[in-house]
Amino acid sequence: MPDFLIYALLGGLGVAIVAGPLGSFVVWRRMAYFGDTLAHSALLGVSIGFLLDINLNLSVIICCVGLALVLVALQRQRMVATDTLLGIMAHSALSLGLVAVALLEIRVDLMSYLFGDLLAVSPQDLFWIYGGGVAVLLLLKLLWQPLLAITINEELAHVEGVNVPLIRLILMLLIAVVIAIAMKIVGLLLITSLLIIPAAAARRLARTPEQMAIGAGVIGCLSILGGISLSWYFDTPAGPSVVVVSLALFIALYSLPTKQQT
Amino acid sequence: MNQPHRHEPLIKLDMVNLHFGQNHVLQNISTELHKGCITTIIGPNGAGKTTLVRVILGLLKPDSGNIWKESNLRIGYMPQKLQVDKTFPLTVERFLKTAQNCNQEQIQTALNDVGASLLLKQSIHHLSGGEMQRILLARALLRDPHLLVLDEPVQGVDINGQLELYNLISRIRDERGCGVLMISHDLHLVMASTDHVVCINHHVCCSGHPEHVTNDPSFTELFGIKGSEQLAVYSHHHNHRHDEHGNIIPENERTSSSSHKDCC
Repeated sequence: MPDFLIYALLGGLGVAIVAGPLGSFVVWRRMAYFGDTLAHSALLGVSIGFLLDINLNLSVIICCVGLALVLVALQRQRMVATDTLLGIMAHSALSLGLVAVALLEIRVDLMSYLFGDLLAVSPQDLFWIYGGGVAVLLLLKLLWQPLLAITINEELAHVEGVNVPLIRLILMLLIAVVIAIAMKIVGLLLITSLLIIPAAAARRLARTPEQMAIGAGVIGCLSILGGISLSWYFDTPAGPSVVVVSLALFIALYSLPTKQQT
Repeated sequence: MNQPHRHEPLIKLDMVNLHFGQNHVLQNISTELHKGCITTIIGPNGAGKTTLVRVILGLLKPDSGNIWKESNLRIGYMPQKLQVDKTFPLTVERFLKTAQNCNQEQIQTALNDVGASLLLKQSIHHLSGGEMQRILLARALLRDPHLLVLDEPVQGVDINGQLELYNLISRIRDERGCGVLMISHDLHLVMASTDHVVCINHHVCCSGHPEHVTNDPSFTELFGIKGSEQLAVYSHHHNHRHDEHGNIIPENERTSSSSHKDCC
Protein backbone atom coordinates (compact mmCIF):
# COMPACT_ATOMS: atom_id res chain seq x y z
CA MET A 1 0.00 0.00 0.00
CA PRO A 2 1.45 3.42 -0.91
CA ASP A 3 2.35 5.73 1.98
CA PHE A 4 -0.16 8.40 1.11
CA LEU A 5 -2.96 5.86 1.40
CA ILE A 6 -1.78 4.76 4.85
CA TYR A 7 -1.62 8.39 5.97
CA ALA A 8 -5.07 9.02 4.55
CA LEU A 9 -6.51 6.01 6.38
CA LEU A 10 -4.82 6.88 9.68
CA GLY A 11 -5.85 10.53 9.45
CA GLY A 12 -9.42 9.74 8.46
CA LEU A 13 -9.91 7.10 11.16
CA GLY A 14 -8.41 9.36 13.80
CA VAL A 15 -10.79 12.18 12.93
CA ALA A 16 -13.80 9.83 12.71
CA ILE A 17 -13.16 8.42 16.19
CA VAL A 18 -13.12 11.89 17.77
CA ALA A 19 -15.97 13.17 15.62
CA GLY A 20 -18.28 10.38 16.86
CA PRO A 21 -18.82 11.49 20.45
CA LEU A 22 -18.55 15.22 19.67
CA GLY A 23 -20.91 14.85 16.74
CA SER A 24 -23.38 13.23 19.12
CA PHE A 25 -23.32 16.37 21.24
CA VAL A 26 -23.79 18.47 18.11
CA VAL A 27 -26.91 16.42 17.31
CA TRP A 28 -28.25 16.37 20.88
CA ARG A 29 -27.72 20.05 21.49
CA ARG A 30 -28.73 21.13 17.98
CA MET A 31 -25.42 22.75 17.25
CA ALA A 32 -25.10 21.77 13.58
CA TYR A 33 -25.29 25.37 12.41
CA PHE A 34 -22.78 26.36 15.07
CA GLY A 35 -20.34 23.76 13.75
CA ASP A 36 -20.91 24.92 10.20
CA THR A 37 -20.15 28.50 11.16
CA LEU A 38 -16.88 27.54 12.82
CA ALA A 39 -15.91 25.49 9.77
CA HIS A 40 -16.48 28.44 7.48
CA SER A 41 -13.88 30.43 9.37
CA ALA A 42 -11.15 27.90 8.61
CA LEU A 43 -10.05 29.61 5.41
CA LEU A 44 -9.63 32.83 7.37
CA GLY A 45 -7.41 30.81 9.69
CA VAL A 46 -5.32 29.67 6.73
CA SER A 47 -4.72 33.22 5.53
CA ILE A 48 -3.90 34.39 9.04
CA GLY A 49 -1.42 31.55 9.24
CA PHE A 50 0.24 32.69 6.03
CA LEU A 51 0.24 36.30 7.18
CA LEU A 52 1.86 35.54 10.54
CA ASP A 53 3.97 32.77 9.08
CA ILE A 54 2.88 30.18 11.64
CA ASN A 55 1.84 26.56 11.26
CA LEU A 56 -1.41 26.43 9.30
CA ASN A 57 -2.96 23.70 11.45
CA LEU A 58 -2.30 25.84 14.49
CA SER A 59 -3.66 29.03 12.92
CA VAL A 60 -6.86 27.25 11.85
CA ILE A 61 -7.36 25.92 15.39
CA ILE A 62 -6.76 29.39 16.82
CA CYS A 63 -9.19 30.94 14.35
CA CYS A 64 -11.97 28.39 15.06
CA VAL A 65 -11.52 28.68 18.82
CA GLY A 66 -11.46 32.47 18.56
CA LEU A 67 -14.69 32.51 16.56
CA ALA A 68 -16.30 30.14 19.07
CA LEU A 69 -15.42 32.57 21.87
CA VAL A 70 -16.81 35.51 19.89
CA LEU A 71 -20.03 33.57 19.28
CA VAL A 72 -20.41 32.73 22.96
CA ALA A 73 -19.99 36.42 23.80
CA LEU A 74 -22.40 37.58 21.09
CA GLN A 75 -25.07 35.06 22.08
CA ARG A 76 -25.44 36.91 25.37
CA GLN A 77 -26.95 39.91 23.60
CA ARG A 78 -30.58 39.61 22.62
CA MET A 79 -30.74 41.96 19.63
CA VAL A 80 -30.01 39.38 16.95
CA ALA A 81 -31.33 35.82 17.12
CA THR A 82 -28.71 33.11 17.36
CA ASP A 83 -29.41 31.53 13.97
CA THR A 84 -29.23 34.94 12.26
CA LEU A 85 -25.99 35.61 14.06
CA LEU A 86 -24.57 32.26 12.98
CA GLY A 87 -25.61 32.90 9.40
CA ILE A 88 -23.92 36.28 9.40
CA MET A 89 -20.76 34.91 10.94
CA ALA A 90 -20.54 31.81 8.74
CA HIS A 91 -20.67 33.54 5.41
CA SER A 92 -18.79 36.62 6.52
CA ALA A 93 -15.97 34.44 7.81
CA LEU A 94 -15.83 32.49 4.56
CA SER A 95 -15.90 35.67 2.47
CA LEU A 96 -13.28 37.32 4.66
CA GLY A 97 -11.14 34.25 4.19
CA LEU A 98 -11.52 34.32 0.38
CA VAL A 99 -10.82 38.07 0.24
CA ALA A 100 -7.80 37.71 2.51
CA VAL A 101 -6.41 34.88 0.40
CA ALA A 102 -6.77 37.07 -2.71
CA LEU A 103 -5.32 40.21 -1.10
CA LEU A 104 -2.35 38.38 0.34
CA GLU A 105 -1.83 36.69 -3.00
CA ILE A 106 -1.49 33.35 -1.30
CA ARG A 107 -1.24 30.44 -3.69
CA VAL A 108 -3.60 27.90 -2.21
CA ASP A 109 -5.57 25.10 -3.73
CA LEU A 110 -8.96 26.47 -2.81
CA MET A 111 -10.75 23.25 -3.69
CA SER A 112 -8.69 21.26 -1.22
CA TYR A 113 -9.70 23.62 1.60
CA LEU A 114 -13.35 23.64 0.59
CA PHE A 115 -13.77 19.91 0.00
CA GLY A 116 -10.80 18.36 1.73
CA ASP A 117 -7.72 16.62 0.49
CA LEU A 118 -7.70 13.35 2.32
CA LEU A 119 -5.12 11.78 0.04
CA ALA A 120 -2.66 14.61 0.77
CA VAL A 121 -2.54 14.03 4.54
CA SER A 122 1.07 14.32 5.67
CA PRO A 123 2.81 12.80 8.71
CA GLN A 124 2.79 16.29 10.19
CA ASP A 125 -0.99 16.45 9.77
CA LEU A 126 -1.23 13.09 11.53
CA PHE A 127 0.65 14.60 14.45
CA TRP A 128 -1.97 17.36 14.71
CA ILE A 129 -4.89 14.98 14.25
CA TYR A 130 -3.73 12.51 16.89
CA GLY A 131 -2.34 15.13 19.29
CA GLY A 132 -5.54 17.17 19.15
CA GLY A 133 -7.72 14.07 19.05
CA VAL A 134 -6.23 12.49 22.15
CA ALA A 135 -6.49 15.78 24.06
CA VAL A 136 -10.15 16.15 23.04
CA LEU A 137 -11.01 12.56 23.97
CA LEU A 138 -9.31 12.87 27.35
CA LEU A 139 -11.27 16.02 28.16
CA LEU A 140 -14.48 14.36 26.98
CA LYS A 141 -13.85 11.38 29.24
CA LEU A 142 -13.09 13.64 32.17
CA LEU A 143 -16.14 15.84 31.68
CA TRP A 144 -18.54 13.18 30.37
CA GLN A 145 -20.93 13.28 33.34
CA PRO A 146 -21.34 17.08 33.51
CA LEU A 147 -21.60 17.22 29.71
CA LEU A 148 -24.45 14.73 29.79
CA ALA A 149 -26.03 16.59 32.69
CA ILE A 150 -26.19 19.92 30.84
CA THR A 151 -27.49 18.13 27.74
CA ILE A 152 -30.36 16.55 29.67
CA ASN A 153 -31.34 19.75 31.45
CA GLU A 154 -29.20 22.79 32.18
CA GLU A 155 -31.23 23.97 35.18
CA LEU A 156 -31.15 20.58 36.83
CA ALA A 157 -27.41 20.45 36.23
CA HIS A 158 -26.99 23.91 37.76
CA VAL A 159 -28.95 22.98 40.89
CA GLU A 160 -26.79 19.89 41.23
CA GLY A 161 -23.64 21.98 41.25
CA VAL A 162 -22.44 21.80 37.64
CA ASN A 163 -20.81 24.99 36.36
CA VAL A 164 -23.08 25.14 33.32
CA PRO A 165 -21.54 28.10 31.42
CA LEU A 166 -18.05 26.67 31.83
CA ILE A 167 -18.99 23.18 30.63
CA ARG A 168 -20.92 24.67 27.71
CA LEU A 169 -17.90 26.78 26.76
CA ILE A 170 -15.57 23.81 26.94
CA LEU A 171 -17.88 21.79 24.69
CA MET A 172 -17.87 24.60 22.11
CA LEU A 173 -14.08 24.81 22.22
CA LEU A 174 -13.76 21.05 21.80
CA ILE A 175 -16.00 21.23 18.74
CA ALA A 176 -13.88 24.08 17.40
CA VAL A 177 -10.70 22.03 17.78
CA VAL A 178 -12.21 18.97 16.13
CA ILE A 179 -13.47 21.04 13.21
CA ALA A 180 -10.05 22.58 12.76
CA ILE A 181 -8.28 19.21 12.66
CA ALA A 182 -10.99 17.58 10.54
CA MET A 183 -10.78 20.24 7.84
CA LYS A 184 -7.95 18.41 6.11
CA ILE A 185 -10.14 15.32 5.71
CA VAL A 186 -13.41 16.52 4.22
CA GLY A 187 -12.87 20.24 3.77
CA LEU A 188 -14.62 23.14 5.44
CA LEU A 189 -17.88 22.82 3.50
CA LEU A 190 -18.36 19.17 4.45
CA ILE A 191 -17.05 18.97 8.01
CA THR A 192 -20.42 19.27 9.69
CA SER A 193 -21.61 16.20 7.81
CA LEU A 194 -18.78 14.13 9.29
CA LEU A 195 -19.97 15.26 12.73
CA ILE A 196 -23.70 14.79 12.36
CA ILE A 197 -24.36 12.01 9.82
CA PRO A 198 -22.59 9.19 11.73
CA ALA A 199 -24.13 10.39 15.02
CA ALA A 200 -27.61 10.59 13.53
CA ALA A 201 -27.17 7.12 12.02
CA ALA A 202 -25.98 5.70 15.35
CA ARG A 203 -29.09 7.08 17.06
CA ARG A 204 -31.10 4.42 15.27
CA LEU A 205 -29.45 1.60 17.22
CA ALA A 206 -28.46 3.28 20.49
CA ARG A 207 -30.30 3.05 23.79
CA THR A 208 -27.83 5.06 25.86
CA PRO A 209 -25.73 8.12 25.09
CA GLU A 210 -22.56 6.07 25.38
CA GLN A 211 -23.75 3.59 22.76
CA MET A 212 -24.58 6.47 20.43
CA ALA A 213 -21.20 8.16 20.90
CA ILE A 214 -19.24 4.96 20.26
CA GLY A 215 -21.57 3.88 17.48
CA ALA A 216 -21.06 7.23 15.76
CA GLY A 217 -17.29 6.68 15.92
CA VAL A 218 -17.65 3.23 14.36
CA ILE A 219 -19.97 4.47 11.60
CA GLY A 220 -17.56 7.35 10.96
CA CYS A 221 -14.68 4.89 10.57
CA LEU A 222 -16.70 2.75 8.17
CA SER A 223 -17.47 5.88 6.15
CA ILE A 224 -13.79 6.74 5.94
CA LEU A 225 -12.88 3.21 4.82
CA GLY A 226 -15.70 3.18 2.27
CA GLY A 227 -14.93 6.67 1.03
CA ILE A 228 -11.24 5.99 0.52
CA SER A 229 -12.07 2.74 -1.29
CA LEU A 230 -14.48 4.57 -3.57
CA SER A 231 -11.85 7.17 -4.26
CA TRP A 232 -9.17 4.54 -4.88
CA TYR A 233 -11.15 2.33 -7.23
CA PHE A 234 -13.34 4.86 -9.02
CA ASP A 235 -11.15 7.94 -8.80
CA THR A 236 -13.82 10.00 -7.04
CA PRO A 237 -12.89 12.96 -4.78
CA ALA A 238 -12.08 11.48 -1.37
CA GLY A 239 -13.84 13.95 0.98
CA PRO A 240 -17.21 13.88 -0.78
CA SER A 241 -16.93 10.09 -1.16
CA VAL A 242 -16.66 9.76 2.63
CA VAL A 243 -19.80 11.85 3.04
CA VAL A 244 -21.67 9.82 0.41
CA VAL A 245 -20.77 6.54 2.16
CA SER A 246 -21.89 7.90 5.54
CA LEU A 247 -25.16 8.98 3.96
CA ALA A 248 -25.61 5.47 2.55
CA LEU A 249 -25.02 3.99 6.02
CA PHE A 250 -27.50 6.47 7.50
CA ILE A 251 -30.19 5.51 4.98
CA ALA A 252 -29.46 1.79 5.41
CA LEU A 253 -29.80 1.99 9.21
CA TYR A 254 -33.06 3.90 9.02
CA SER A 255 -34.44 1.42 6.48
CA LEU A 256 -34.04 -1.42 8.97
CA PRO A 257 -37.38 -2.79 10.17
CA THR A 258 -38.43 -1.11 13.40
CA LYS A 259 -38.27 -3.39 16.39
CA GLN A 260 -38.84 -0.92 19.15
CA GLN A 261 -38.12 2.75 18.84
CA THR A 262 -35.87 3.74 21.64
CA MET B 1 -43.13 33.28 60.59
CA ASN B 2 -45.70 33.31 63.32
CA GLN B 3 -44.80 30.13 65.14
CA PRO B 4 -41.59 28.96 66.71
CA HIS B 5 -39.94 26.09 64.85
CA ARG B 6 -38.91 22.84 66.33
CA HIS B 7 -36.78 21.85 63.39
CA GLU B 8 -33.51 23.28 62.26
CA PRO B 9 -33.73 25.65 59.32
CA LEU B 10 -32.29 24.69 55.93
CA ILE B 11 -32.81 27.95 54.08
CA LYS B 12 -33.77 31.42 55.25
CA LEU B 13 -34.89 34.19 52.95
CA ASP B 14 -34.76 37.72 54.27
CA MET B 15 -36.46 40.58 52.41
CA VAL B 16 -35.79 39.18 48.95
CA ASN B 17 -36.67 41.45 46.03
CA LEU B 18 -36.53 40.75 42.33
CA HIS B 19 -37.52 42.82 39.31
CA PHE B 20 -38.04 41.69 35.74
CA GLY B 21 -37.72 45.03 33.97
CA GLN B 22 -40.52 47.18 35.36
CA ASN B 23 -42.17 44.21 37.05
CA HIS B 24 -41.56 43.95 40.76
CA VAL B 25 -42.03 40.18 40.81
CA LEU B 26 -40.85 39.39 44.31
CA GLN B 27 -41.50 41.98 46.99
CA ASN B 28 -39.78 41.69 50.37
CA ILE B 29 -40.17 37.94 50.61
CA SER B 30 -39.06 36.50 53.91
CA THR B 31 -39.59 32.87 54.76
CA GLU B 32 -37.83 29.82 56.09
CA LEU B 33 -37.61 26.20 55.05
CA HIS B 34 -37.09 23.56 57.68
CA LYS B 35 -35.88 20.02 57.96
CA GLY B 36 -38.66 17.45 58.10
CA CYS B 37 -41.28 19.97 57.11
CA ILE B 38 -43.38 20.20 53.95
CA THR B 39 -43.77 23.79 52.83
CA THR B 40 -46.13 24.56 49.98
CA ILE B 41 -46.13 27.77 48.00
CA ILE B 42 -49.50 28.65 46.61
CA GLY B 43 -50.75 31.67 44.76
CA PRO B 44 -52.57 32.70 41.59
CA ASN B 45 -51.02 32.49 38.12
CA GLY B 46 -48.19 34.95 37.66
CA ALA B 47 -47.81 35.50 41.39
CA GLY B 48 -44.10 34.70 41.26
CA LYS B 49 -44.21 31.16 42.69
CA THR B 50 -41.81 29.63 40.19
CA THR B 51 -39.61 32.73 40.31
CA LEU B 52 -39.35 32.38 44.07
CA VAL B 53 -38.36 28.73 43.77
CA ARG B 54 -35.79 29.60 41.12
CA VAL B 55 -34.30 32.18 43.49
CA ILE B 56 -34.16 29.57 46.25
CA LEU B 57 -32.47 27.12 43.88
CA GLY B 58 -29.88 29.73 42.92
CA LEU B 59 -31.03 29.86 39.28
CA LEU B 60 -31.91 33.54 39.66
CA LYS B 61 -30.10 36.17 41.66
CA PRO B 62 -32.30 38.51 43.69
CA ASP B 63 -31.83 42.27 43.29
CA SER B 64 -31.71 42.69 47.04
CA GLY B 65 -32.19 40.70 50.20
CA ASN B 66 -30.34 37.83 51.79
CA ILE B 67 -30.55 34.12 51.29
CA TRP B 68 -28.95 31.96 53.92
CA LYS B 69 -28.39 28.29 53.16
CA GLU B 70 -27.14 25.64 55.51
CA SER B 71 -23.60 24.82 54.49
CA ASN B 72 -23.29 21.79 52.18
CA LEU B 73 -27.03 21.80 51.65
CA ARG B 74 -27.88 19.12 49.11
CA ILE B 75 -30.97 19.88 47.09
CA GLY B 76 -32.96 17.31 45.14
CA TYR B 77 -34.79 19.23 42.47
CA MET B 78 -37.73 17.90 40.52
CA PRO B 79 -38.45 20.27 37.65
CA GLN B 80 -41.98 20.90 36.45
CA LYS B 81 -41.26 18.95 33.30
CA LEU B 82 -38.23 17.53 31.67
CA GLN B 83 -38.17 17.52 27.91
CA VAL B 84 -35.33 15.31 26.79
CA ASP B 85 -34.57 15.75 23.11
CA LYS B 86 -35.73 12.75 21.06
CA THR B 87 -32.28 12.51 19.52
CA PHE B 88 -30.85 11.76 22.97
CA PRO B 89 -31.12 8.02 23.67
CA LEU B 90 -31.81 7.55 27.35
CA THR B 91 -33.22 4.73 29.43
CA VAL B 92 -34.69 5.28 32.87
CA GLU B 93 -31.74 3.41 34.34
CA ARG B 94 -29.14 5.57 32.58
CA PHE B 95 -31.05 8.73 33.48
CA LEU B 96 -31.09 7.81 37.18
CA LYS B 97 -27.36 7.11 37.04
CA THR B 98 -26.73 10.73 36.08
CA ALA B 99 -27.94 11.79 39.54
CA GLN B 100 -24.62 10.90 41.11
CA ASN B 101 -22.41 7.88 41.60
CA CYS B 102 -24.93 5.34 42.71
CA ASN B 103 -25.09 1.57 42.47
CA GLN B 104 -27.80 -0.66 41.06
CA GLU B 105 -29.24 -1.34 44.49
CA GLN B 106 -29.74 2.34 45.28
CA ILE B 107 -31.41 2.85 41.92
CA GLN B 108 -33.76 -0.05 42.53
CA THR B 109 -34.58 1.24 46.00
CA ALA B 110 -35.37 4.71 44.68
CA LEU B 111 -37.60 3.25 41.98
CA ASN B 112 -39.36 1.06 44.54
CA ASP B 113 -39.85 4.11 46.75
CA VAL B 114 -41.76 5.89 44.02
CA GLY B 115 -43.56 2.74 42.86
CA ALA B 116 -41.94 2.62 39.44
CA SER B 117 -39.64 -0.40 39.69
CA LEU B 118 -40.89 -1.88 36.42
CA LEU B 119 -39.71 1.09 34.39
CA LEU B 120 -35.97 0.49 34.86
CA LYS B 121 -35.20 -0.56 31.28
CA GLN B 122 -37.76 1.69 29.60
CA SER B 123 -36.79 4.47 27.25
CA ILE B 124 -37.40 7.84 28.84
CA HIS B 125 -39.19 9.00 25.69
CA HIS B 126 -42.03 6.53 26.20
CA LEU B 127 -43.11 7.42 29.71
CA SER B 128 -46.53 8.81 30.53
CA GLY B 129 -46.80 12.10 32.42
CA GLY B 130 -47.28 10.40 35.76
CA GLU B 131 -44.47 7.91 35.17
CA MET B 132 -42.10 10.72 34.24
CA GLN B 133 -42.97 12.59 37.46
CA ARG B 134 -42.16 9.49 39.48
CA ILE B 135 -38.86 9.00 37.69
CA LEU B 136 -37.95 12.66 38.29
CA LEU B 137 -38.80 12.20 41.94
CA ALA B 138 -36.72 9.02 42.12
CA ARG B 139 -33.79 10.88 40.62
CA ALA B 140 -34.14 13.69 43.13
CA LEU B 141 -34.20 11.08 45.93
CA LEU B 142 -31.05 9.39 44.66
CA ARG B 143 -29.11 12.50 45.58
CA ASP B 144 -30.07 11.82 49.19
CA PRO B 145 -31.21 15.42 49.54
CA HIS B 146 -31.60 17.52 52.66
CA LEU B 147 -34.21 19.50 50.81
CA LEU B 148 -36.53 18.26 48.10
CA VAL B 149 -37.79 20.98 45.77
CA LEU B 150 -40.80 20.09 43.65
CA ASP B 151 -42.20 22.46 41.06
CA GLU B 152 -45.84 21.46 40.57
CA PRO B 153 -45.11 17.78 41.12
CA VAL B 154 -48.53 16.54 40.06
CA GLN B 155 -48.80 18.35 36.74
CA GLY B 156 -50.28 16.17 34.03
CA VAL B 157 -51.26 13.47 36.52
CA ASP B 158 -54.87 12.37 36.96
CA ILE B 159 -56.66 13.01 40.22
CA ASN B 160 -56.03 9.61 41.81
CA GLY B 161 -52.42 9.76 40.76
CA GLN B 162 -52.18 13.22 42.31
CA LEU B 163 -53.37 11.95 45.67
CA GLU B 164 -50.91 9.09 45.47
CA LEU B 165 -48.04 11.41 44.63
CA TYR B 166 -48.85 13.72 47.53
CA ASN B 167 -49.04 10.72 49.85
CA LEU B 168 -45.75 9.53 48.47
CA ILE B 169 -44.13 12.89 49.15
CA SER B 170 -45.43 12.87 52.74
CA ARG B 171 -44.10 9.37 53.20
CA ILE B 172 -40.70 10.32 51.84
CA ARG B 173 -40.55 13.18 54.31
CA ASP B 174 -41.50 10.82 57.15
CA GLU B 175 -38.95 8.22 56.18
CA ARG B 176 -36.04 10.45 55.26
CA GLY B 177 -36.69 13.47 57.44
CA CYS B 178 -35.78 15.84 54.61
CA GLY B 179 -37.39 19.19 54.08
CA VAL B 180 -39.80 19.56 51.18
CA LEU B 181 -40.67 22.67 49.20
CA MET B 182 -43.52 22.40 46.72
CA ILE B 183 -45.29 24.72 44.37
CA SER B 184 -48.88 23.93 43.83
CA HIS B 185 -51.69 25.27 41.76
CA ASP B 186 -54.44 23.09 43.02
CA LEU B 187 -55.64 24.16 46.37
CA HIS B 188 -57.59 21.39 47.96
CA LEU B 189 -55.42 18.35 47.36
CA VAL B 190 -52.23 19.90 48.55
CA MET B 191 -53.60 21.23 51.80
CA ALA B 192 -54.06 17.76 53.25
CA SER B 193 -50.42 16.84 52.86
CA THR B 194 -48.61 19.99 53.85
CA ASP B 195 -47.36 21.36 57.15
CA HIS B 196 -46.79 24.92 56.20
CA VAL B 197 -48.35 27.06 53.52
CA VAL B 198 -46.90 30.24 52.06
CA CYS B 199 -49.45 32.08 50.02
CA ILE B 200 -47.85 34.62 47.72
CA ASN B 201 -48.96 37.21 45.26
CA HIS B 202 -45.60 38.92 44.62
CA HIS B 203 -45.43 39.45 48.37
CA VAL B 204 -46.22 36.98 51.13
CA CYS B 205 -49.96 37.35 51.70
CA CYS B 206 -50.12 34.98 54.57
CA SER B 207 -48.35 31.90 55.82
CA GLY B 208 -48.73 29.25 58.47
CA HIS B 209 -50.70 26.06 59.02
CA PRO B 210 -53.08 25.12 56.24
CA GLU B 211 -56.03 25.68 58.58
CA HIS B 212 -54.69 29.03 59.63
CA VAL B 213 -54.07 30.15 56.05
CA THR B 214 -57.46 29.12 54.74
CA ASN B 215 -59.13 31.26 57.37
CA ASP B 216 -56.95 34.25 56.69
CA PRO B 217 -58.86 37.17 55.14
CA SER B 218 -56.11 37.86 52.59
CA PHE B 219 -56.33 34.27 51.43
CA THR B 220 -60.09 34.54 51.01
CA GLU B 221 -59.52 37.73 49.09
CA LEU B 222 -57.00 36.09 46.78
CA PHE B 223 -58.86 32.91 45.99
CA GLY B 224 -62.43 34.03 46.63
CA ILE B 225 -64.88 32.74 49.21
CA LYS B 226 -65.59 29.69 47.09
CA GLY B 227 -61.99 28.61 46.92
CA SER B 228 -61.40 28.96 50.59
CA GLU B 229 -64.62 27.18 51.45
CA GLN B 230 -63.68 24.28 49.24
CA LEU B 231 -60.45 24.04 51.10
CA ALA B 232 -62.08 24.22 54.47
CA VAL B 233 -64.53 21.53 53.43
CA TYR B 234 -61.77 19.39 52.04
CA SER B 235 -59.50 19.53 55.01
CA HIS B 236 -62.26 18.00 57.14
CA HIS B 237 -63.28 15.46 54.59
CA HIS B 238 -60.42 13.15 54.00
CA ASN B 239 -61.79 10.11 55.77
CA HIS B 240 -60.67 7.81 52.99
CA ARG B 241 -58.71 7.86 49.79
CA HIS B 242 -58.35 5.79 46.68
CA ASP B 243 -55.37 4.31 44.97
CA GLU B 244 -55.09 4.45 41.19
CA HIS B 245 -57.45 1.48 40.79
CA GLY B 246 -60.15 3.16 42.83
CA ASN B 247 -59.66 0.97 45.88
CA ILE B 248 -59.80 2.58 49.29
CA ILE B 249 -56.37 2.77 50.84
CA PRO B 250 -56.39 1.50 54.43
CA GLU B 251 -55.95 4.15 57.09
CA ASN B 252 -52.51 3.03 58.27
CA GLU B 253 -50.96 3.38 54.80
CA ARG B 254 -51.82 7.00 54.50
CA THR B 255 -50.18 9.98 55.99
CA SER B 256 -52.67 12.20 57.64
CA SER B 257 -51.97 15.85 57.82
CA SER B 258 -52.99 16.11 61.44
CA SER B 259 -50.07 14.03 62.69
CA HIS B 260 -47.66 16.75 61.58
CA LYS B 261 -49.71 19.70 62.62
CA ASP B 262 -47.11 20.98 65.02
CA CYS B 263 -44.27 20.59 62.58
CA CYS B 264 -43.80 24.17 61.59
